[in-house]
Amino acid sequence: MIKIMALVLSLLALPLPAVVEYHPFEDPEKEQTYQTLISELRCLVCQNQTIADSNADLAKDLRQQVYEMLQHGKSQQEVVDFMTQRYGDFVMYRPAFSIKTGLLWLGPIVFLLIGIFIVVMLARQKKATRQIELAPKQQIRLNEILQQGDEE
Amino acid sequence: MLKLKYLLPLVFFMVMAIFLAIGLRLNPKDIPSPLIDKPAPAFSLPILATPEKNLTAEDLKGRVWLLNVWASWCVSCRQEHPLLLELAKLNVVTIVGLNYKDEASAANQWLAQLGNPYNVSIMDKDGRVGIDYGVYGVPETFVVDKRGIIRYKHTGPVEPGDIEQLFLPLLKKLVEEPA
Repeated sequence: MIKIMALVLSLLALPLPAVVEYHPFEDPEKEQTYQTLISELRCLVCQNQTIADSNADLAKDLRQQVYEMLQHGKSQQEVVDFMTQRYGDFVMYRPAFSIKTGLLWLGPIVFLLIGIFIVVMLARQKKATRQIELAPKQQIRLNEILQQGDEE
Repeated sequence: MLKLKYLLPLVFFMVMAIFLAIGLRLNPKDIPSPLIDKPAPAFSLPILATPEKNLTAEDLKGRVWLLNVWASWCVSCRQEHPLLLELAKLNVVTIVGLNYKDEASAANQWLAQLGNPYNVSIMDKDGRVGIDYGVYGVPETFVVDKRGIIRYKHTGPVEPGDIEQLFLPLLKKLVEEPA
């Protein structure tokens, strides 16, 4: 019982957000851009976290970099360009659409289409098996069997 | 005769298995650098041995050089260190150490203890130059040609065999290229 309770309690525990330093902004719009950017940039040390979630040293440095660039009047796109020029498309959680990232973006749609195609094919096949046509001889034999029924 | 239809699951399984096997062998930390075939980002950083003097990327034009990112706190740097010492002995390339987010005293002690393979080490204390080079996992090694173009990037420690199979052939080729 105690074990089950411990399990339930541990499942209820909320993930602890990383302790993130505070960067003061005077312009709320810039602050919004900052928040958007840091939650879209991947922390390359801990690859499944954004730099907003991570307390890795590099994530902290990159947050600082984003903050300073925004304070110097750089646009969101300029920050994104700065990061991808250095770390590649992988640094963005939602990379820009290009030849290199095309498969990534279109892959799911392609798989969905393949799935629909298979389902349609299977459905058609079933329909086909239902409408088996008998040769005249077979039809006569079938009728005979049906008429005889359980007599024998 | 076995119907082709019944072979389909097997074929499907085999394709999956092949892809998964390849996936297992890939190193997720090995992210292709967008800096390959681009000019090495400029820097001007104080030299570890003589902090009053700076080294710039411009100073290295005309020679083939390695930029090896290291730090005294970096465990895998210790692992690749003997290999760098070996490479330094061959005297085929200028090895520049980028001492990344480190303390000068700790860095100097590290070199005194383990030996110094670097022709020169520069201090990137706040990691700014590291960001310019897209550094995310120390150690990293860049190969830069005579025109200052990055030709190769090695992420993670240099492994035994890498020097002979990877670095030396590339360096030989680059040394022969005109400046």
